[in-house]
Amino acid sequence: MPNHPVPVPSSVLAALKNKTIHLSAAKMIHSLFLVNASGDIFLEKHWKSVVSRSVCDYFFEALERATEPENVPPVIPTPHHYLINVLRHRIYFVAVIQSEVPPLFVIEFLHRVVDTFQDYFGVCTEAAIKDNVVVVYELLEEMLDNGFPLATESNILKELIKPPTILRTVVNTITGSTNVGEQLPTGQLSVVPWRRTGVKYTNNEAYFDVIEEIDAIIDKSGSTITAEIQGVIDACVKLTGMPDLTLSFMNPRLLDDVSFHPCVRFKRWEAERILSFIPPDGNFRLLSYHVSSQNLVAIPVYVKHNISFREGSSQGRFELTLGPKQTMGKAVESVLVSSQLPRGVLNANLNPSQGTYTFDPVTKLLSWDVGKINPQKLPSLKGSMSLQAGASKPDENPTINIQFKIQQLAISGLKVNRLDMYGEKYKPFKGIKYMTKAGKFQVRT
Amino acid sequence: MLGMSANSVSYNEQGSVESGVDAAQENSSIPGSFSSDLKEMLESNKESLKLEAMKRIVGLIAKGKNASELFPAVVKNVASKNIELKKLVYVYLVRYAEEQQDLALLSISTFQRALKDPNQLIRASALRVLSSIRVPIIVPIMMLAIKEAATDLSPYVRKTAAHAIQKLYSLDPDQKEHLIEVIEKLLKDKSTLVAGSVVMAFEEVCPDRIDLIHKNYRKLCNLLVDVEEWGQVVIIHMLTRYARTQFVSPWREDAMFDENNEKAFYDSEEERKVEQTKPYIMDPDHRLLLRNTKPLLQSRNTAVVMAVSQLYWHLAPKHELSIITKSLVRLLRSHREVQYVVLQNIATMSIQRKGMFEPFMKSFYVRSTDATHIKTLKLEILTNLANEANISTILREFQTYVKSQDKAFAAATIQAIGRCATNISEVTDTCLNGLVLLLSNRDETVVAESVVVIKKLLQTQPSQHSDIIKHMAKLFDNITVPMARASILWLMGEYCEHVPKIAPDVLRKMAKTFTNEEDIVKLQIVNLAAKLYLTNSKQTKLLTQYILNLGKYDQNYDIRDRTRFIRQLIVPNEKSGALSKYARRILMAPKPAPVLQSAFKDRDRFQLGTLSHTLNSQASGYLELSDWPAVAPDQSVRNVEVVKEAGAPALRKSKTAKSNEKFYSDSEEEEEEEEEGSSSEGSSSSSSEESVSESESEENSDDSNKSSSSQSEKSSSESDSEKKKKTLKNKKLQQQKPDILIITYLPPQIMQKTLLLIIMTKYILIHIVLSISTQFFVNCMCSLLHLCVFLACQFDVVSWHVHVSLQASSPVFVPETSHELLHRMTGKGLSAQYRFTRQPCIYGNSMVSLQLTLSNSSDQALENIHISEKSSTGQNIHRFNAIERLEPQASVTVSMGVDFNDSTQAANFQLCTKEDEFSVSIQPAVGELLLPITMSEADFTKEQGKLMGMNESSATITMTPENVSSQSVNRKVVSVANIGVIPSSQENIYRFAGKTVSSGSLVLVSVALKDPDAVITINTEKTVIGSMLLRQFKTALTNSCP
Repeated sequence: MPNHPVPVPSSVLAALKNKTIHLSAAKMIHSLFLVNASGDIFLEKHWKSVVSRSVCDYFFEALERATEPENVPPVIPTPHHYLINVLRHRIYFVAVIQSEVPPLFVIEFLHRVVDTFQDYFGVCTEAAIKDNVVVVYELLEEMLDNGFPLATESNILKELIKPPTILRTVVNTITGSTNVGEQLPTGQLSVVPWRRTGVKYTNNEAYFDVIEEIDAIIDKSGSTITAEIQGVIDACVKLTGMPDLTLSFMNPRLLDDVSFHPCVRFKRWEAERILSFIPPDGNFRLLSYHVSSQNLVAIPVYVKHNISFREGSSQGRFELTLGPKQTMGKAVESVLVSSQLPRGVLNANLNPSQGTYTFDPVTKLLSWDVGKINPQKLPSLKGSMSLQAGASKPDENPTINIQFKIQQLAISGLKVNRLDMYGEKYKPFKGIKYMTKAGKFQVRT
Repeated sequence: MLGMSANSVSYNEQGSVESGVDAAQENSSIPGSFSSDLKEMLESNKESLKLEAMKRIVGLIAKGKNASELFPAVVKNVASKNIELKKLVYVYLVRYAEEQQDLALLSISTFQRALKDPNQLIRASALRVLSSIRVPIIVPIMMLAIKEAATDLSPYVRKTAAHAIQKLYSLDPDQKEHLIEVIEKLLKDKSTLVAGSVVMAFEEVCPDRIDLIHKNYRKLCNLLVDVEEWGQVVIIHMLTRYARTQFVSPWREDAMFDENNEKAFYDSEEERKVEQTKPYIMDPDHRLLLRNTKPLLQSRNTAVVMAVSQLYWHLAPKHELSIITKSLVRLLRSHREVQYVVLQNIATMSIQRKGMFEPFMKSFYVRSTDATHIKTLKLEILTNLANEANISTILREFQTYVKSQDKAFAAATIQAIGRCATNISEVTDTCLNGLVLLLSNRDETVVAESVVVIKKLLQTQPSQHSDIIKHMAKLFDNITVPMARASILWLMGEYCEHVPKIAPDVLRKMAKTFTNEEDIVKLQIVNLAAKLYLTNSKQTKLLTQYILNLGKYDQNYDIRDRTRFIRQLIVPNEKSGALSKYARRILMAPKPAPVLQSAFKDRDRFQLGTLSHTLNSQASGYLELSDWPAVAPDQSVRNVEVVKEAGAPALRKSKTAKSNEKFYSDSEEEEEEEEEGSSSEGSSSSSSEESVSESESEENSDDSNKSSSSQSEKSSSESDSEKKKKTLKNKKLQQQKPDILIITYLPPQIMQKTLLLIIMTKYILIHIVLSISTQFFVNCMCSLLHLCVFLACQFDVVSWHVHVSLQASSPVFVPETSHELLHRMTGKGLSAQYRFTRQPCIYGNSMVSLQLTLSNSSDQALENIHISEKSSTGQNIHRFNAIERLEPQASVTVSMGVDFNDSTQAANFQLCTKEDEFSVSIQPAVGELLLPITMSEADFTKEQGKLMGMNESSATITMTPENVSSQSVNRKVVSVANIGVIPSSQENIYRFAGKTVSSGSLVLVSVALKDPDAVITINTEKTVIGSMLLRQFKTALTNSCP
């Protein structure tokens, strides 16, 4: 450098500075901070001028006030900015906004970011993000331009930035080659932006998982207060070229409310109740649906419980028995029972007939890993709870949360009729799998 | 580099509050040894070392460390060939450019060069980074780049231009007027890629210019389903505002805010319509918006669903609102944060329209795992939904909540019960009894909340409830929460006549503890004392005086004031006189019962789905939703003149009919605007050429004056390359056709160096406007330009290198002409036309994409129109999906693909209806069997060299004079064949490249003009295609009429 620039006098700087400051309130996402469970900022990214990380102090205040991590309000106003955060995998993703924007726009985007990280790194943890900080930065750079979402389709992103694999990392360190795709993102230009071009597979296969979740609240007496079925069809499609698929159901009327991946042709569904689409390459969620609430929902498990505290005694009784009910002959598996016991409970001394249980005396969380329910020998958990001496009996009874899985069954009775492929000549291998799971399944006692 | 530290402080601050901390924190920069290591790595020759260094630097930036001192070392790599390295440099550049303005300017030339790259993605990426560099000095350069990109042929580049508009606007709001012009142009764009981004820019720069939307309104409505999801949100919000200014209200006066009539409103829609005196007719454009947004309720994107819901809420007739309910309830399955926002909006809606959500009441039942703010919102909604019919169910549910372990939530439930009790008189007693039971709850917050709520309830009918007041008096000793104690004391005082025995006793107890009570309790003790004094002075006179004396010397001035006031009021003396006569009437006046309202009562002043609504306070940049106009503004402003296209009269009609049905944005629209773009391109480039000739002459004269001095000023190290550069300079001057050079107000020293710089770096554009000419600035610019000159020499060699060898690009020109497939006479009413879309076929890589327009000109509907399975000529045909029914006079456009196998042999097939079969055939012109590709000039020459001899066919023709211009040659060639234009450095040689659709063989065309003759050369392996093409070009170029 032959010459040093002469310092700029302050008057000019001030003029320039004023210009920057009275700049219009730029919309959309200004900056992003990632905050871990212990309240440290471990990553920051700015799409416009840098916003100091001290803006997060307002977030930390809210974090301190919140009794539980989930209780932090998603939208926090500060004097100059608004903070919109989502909590996933014990990481807060805090977006800084400067002016009016639909809050869901930001929230939805932040969740897409998390989904993308998960897709790329397998897990979305602080360690994974720190290990892949360069890929994270490259991703964030492509996902937003000036704070406005640019490429959020996983297929396009993967064309631009290859996900790290152990093999590739090793190869990269040896050869010095890169994660960044040599190709340009042609997908962004196509009429089917969700699909890569030039896809080739030797084994052409398409798998669809119909997964239904039961959300239910069962009251003390065992009657159902509310129950509904929410289902999704997740697909894993590895097909060469530009296949055009149609998927039809035996009983499409069951589906009351649906939301689609952008690839699904809406008009065709409206007219014929057939899903017609050119699929993205790889894993994606084709459809989520709600089964109409008019239909009675079959509840596959029942719970017999007796949880009681006696006045004046420092002991409480705890009895729980699980049993299958309306399972259409299928086994109920991976059963997990958890319950938040009252604060007064010091310890629990229980005896499970099968599986293992744990009780955390600090959080008062009881969890019982039951496993599979054998209809001949029903699993039970019985024993006593010790209470704080002298304390009066807790006046609330705990709620019991249950998780379970039933393979090869869609509890709503939804059945796929057929899957056809057009546009390509080969014969793909097709597979459909059904599964029922507990969603938010609660039993009040 | 001295001025930089000052810069870094002044540029990165946004709010003054944060800046102090900011500076302290940002300066926690990296240790010196580490940074010099990095610098060394960046300056090494090894790509891998540089990349490693950049990765570490990005790691530092991510942690919030200050890495700005590495700027000079990093910015040198801006033109690296390694894509990842380059991208990381961009990340760095965008992050620190603002703080290191002078050095950032060094990178500009690289981007300017890339803006002219034949590859659209490179142009877009260059514009994206260039516009992200927040350096005020390059505002004019950005402005020019944006204007240019806004007319680019590629929709992707135009999208990037739309994004850049916002960036430039925030950098320099003074550019507003120019930017609005660009926005206006881009709003006319028909590509779905551009729509979302340009509306975003519109909202940012000129949201009040509603007039710009009129002509584009229908187009935006029709494109909406095919726009990417983020763009949809922005467009929907904008259209909501638009519609509120342009259409009249679809709500009748009585329908709005009329909860009581709601039931009747839902049940007897038909009757009401009859009753109406003046029937309301919805503007078809208003209907269009509602119809086209409805499918988006099925979107997987929660923001889109919410946007449509708020649109319906603010624009749809009330009886159509119910369709959004299900979708909103579906969103409640989503993440916690989504639930939070959606529940807030439902809370506001449910106040005005209970009926919408009542059937879904159970979806709002609280689960023990919900976060507290979700629980409270659900509670709010349940309370809003409560009515005589469902109150018992709701109260039963509430009983469970009261027992919740989450005490804040239990307290909120008690408030909710109180609200239900006041709103629904049938259950007031039940609720009251329930609340009284809660008074014996062990939890203090629950008891306190109950007391407060009971107090409010009792005010409505005190006489019947003296038992409850007595009960509360008994509990008084156990209650410690100040608010609850104060409430009980107030009740005692207010209704002391109902509890004549207990009240004085309570006062006695309070006199003992007065000094230890909280302030609110003390105030109520004083009140109680005063009221008892007035009703029962015999028993309480002394107690009252004692308490008033205590109050007189209290630490809190409120209490001292209150005591003084009460004393004057109730104790008669000569000063108070008249007032004390009315003391009883003043203190014991009957008080109206408080109204328990929803906290969401007044939220509807904000547009739903906005940040302001969520916060319940106006966020900066919030745009108010206007009220419906009383009289509809002129509807015709939205009419768009239909341009009649020759050769395709039926096409227009079919298109409007079809636009709602299609889901994939089909190529038709894109092509149309491509063509539009190219024509405007033509005109603009011709005008720029004129200006070039001017500036070039200027440049020459300037140059001749200054060149000698400039050379002498240069450092000795450069002198040996002097001669070379001079020749280079002359050559460049010849080539620099499209250069525009505008330099105003520049001091001579700078001018001369700038000129030099331009010549040396092949600067495509430099546009520096400086109005300040202080001495220091001149110095600055001098040294800066020195730097530029120096670095430019290094950069000159490098260029953006990308693998583009056989990359398909979008068609340069798409002919609108369609060919007849089936005449309506032979087709018994069914007529069919086809045209080549010139787009890559989505059905197969080796297929030619065709568009078929089928019309029914008979007077009966035709059913089941399809292509028969058997094809006579053996071509592989992708059939369109059978059309079930085609109404008389209707037409429909479908697309199909045919693999012609690189031959012009006609494809024969059977077009069938339910009754008939018609044999038809499609004869492709040879030019349609190609797809355009892009490649560099060098690649072209290389490939051409490989295809000599047998593979080359050429012909010499005599050009008609009007065909000699570059535009007309280009136009003629690309209209004959679907090939791409290759940028040529030689003025009289035009090059084009394409590949055959089926086999992908290269087809290279060059036209060399040698006045008045021209030599057409075609190089391709497919000699048949080559010779056929040659024949067609000959006819096209010798034919005088266009």
